[in-house]
Amino acid sequence: MIRAFGYNEFLFLVSAMQWTLALSAIAFVGGATVGLVIALARTSDIKAVRLAATGYIQLFQGTPLLMQLFLVFFGATVLGLDLNPWAAAALGLTLNASAFLGEIWRGCIQAVPRGQWEAASALGLRYPGLMRYVILPQAVKVAVPPTVGFLVQLIKSTSLAAIIGFTELTRAGQIVNNATFQPFLVFGIVAVLYFLMCWPLSLLSARLERRYALATR
Amino acid sequence: MNYTFDFKAVIDSWDYLLQGAWLTVQLSIGAMVLGLIVAILCALGKTSGPKPVRWVINAYIEVVRNTPFLVQIFLIFFGLPTMGIRLSPDLAALIAMVINVGAYATEIIRAGIESIQKGQIEAGLALGLRPLQVFRYIVIKPALRTVYPALTSQFILLMLSSSVVSAISADELTSVANNIQSQTFRSFEIYIVVTGIYLALAMMFSALFAGIYKLAFAYDTDRR
Repeated sequence: MIRAFGYNEFLFLVSAMQWTLALSAIAFVGGATVGLVIALARTSDIKAVRLAATGYIQLFQGTPLLMQLFLVFFGATVLGLDLNPWAAAALGLTLNASAFLGEIWRGCIQAVPRGQWEAASALGLRYPGLMRYVILPQAVKVAVPPTVGFLVQLIKSTSLAAIIGFTELTRAGQIVNNATFQPFLVFGIVAVLYFLMCWPLSLLSARLERRYALATR
Repeated sequence: MNYTFDFKAVIDSWDYLLQGAWLTVQLSIGAMVLGLIVAILCALGKTSGPKPVRWVINAYIEVVRNTPFLVQIFLIFFGLPTMGIRLSPDLAALIAMVINVGAYATEIIRAGIESIQKGQIEAGLALGLRPLQVFRYIVIKPALRTVYPALTSQFILLMLSSSVVSAISADELTSVANNIQSQTFRSFEIYIVVTGIYLALAMMFSALFAGIYKLAFAYDTDRR
């Protein structure tokens, strides 16, 4: 049975955006938490910790995100857990985002001039205080534009959750397309909806970057 | 954990996996070469074209960069046939990859072109070189050196994201893995091996690119 593409189908696509956004938000919060640990490990004074973090980043940046999602999805079965696609997608994207954010934030931490580290430790601050009060507040300023830029990549990445069967925007598009068989219209609208989520972030990121470049010149 | 690993299914279809890996490499290289041609044309249009051309190129870049690759593939593979253009999965995958990488590479190449100082171009013209010669000798070679690191990491990103074209069953590595998986149900074993193959490919190309950089671009340009 072929349905016509009508208002209901359009609403279905629009409401699927909430799952794309929810998945992005979870992956971002999770990825940021783990990513901070990775970034700190990557800039650690202990060589073994640094190496482990480098390996983690290379592993996630050197393999396809789709494979990572498959491995989480099917790997859970191996461990005897029954992860639904929603949890698998959230976990897979969290791990992936943590590697990328870890690498971005490493650069931001290292961008804080060496003198700041030395001054802070000369004042008697130990590592936690040094990071918390001196280094991280300065690194955050550098980190905002690329992190906003990464959000665009993250929102786009959530579309891969469709392949493991989680119904977010892209999967909703497939479902509507299977019922209406108007691929150009359906995926065109899906693309427009993604664009509406991503473009403002892209513009914001570029603007922040320009502002930061002006401020440091 | 009472799961017994069984890699027999993977070992039995080893040559099939290698074929898939080979197609992944071919697709990626093909898409990168064609994408670079697109990108050079777009970068030229963007830096020195008339306003409407610039506007179209900007729209192309923004649309590609702000929509998921998977949706782009679906639009091309499912959308184009409704307009009478029928494509094989492999060809649709290649086209989608070219369009995608073309947009990203345009921005990289544009940054490279803009890194060439105006005075250099004027000097070239003053020496009597024709505009095409100026472009070839004064603009493109130093620009390539500037953009090379970004372009090579873009290539590796492209190769990794090519696994997404398995969604339309092109015959590349991930599709091959999906096929073996659906016949043998040894999902985890197959995907871990295939992930390893991707990682090996990525590391191989990184090493290769680093080697090429040393050979081709290791001349001194810092004399100012």
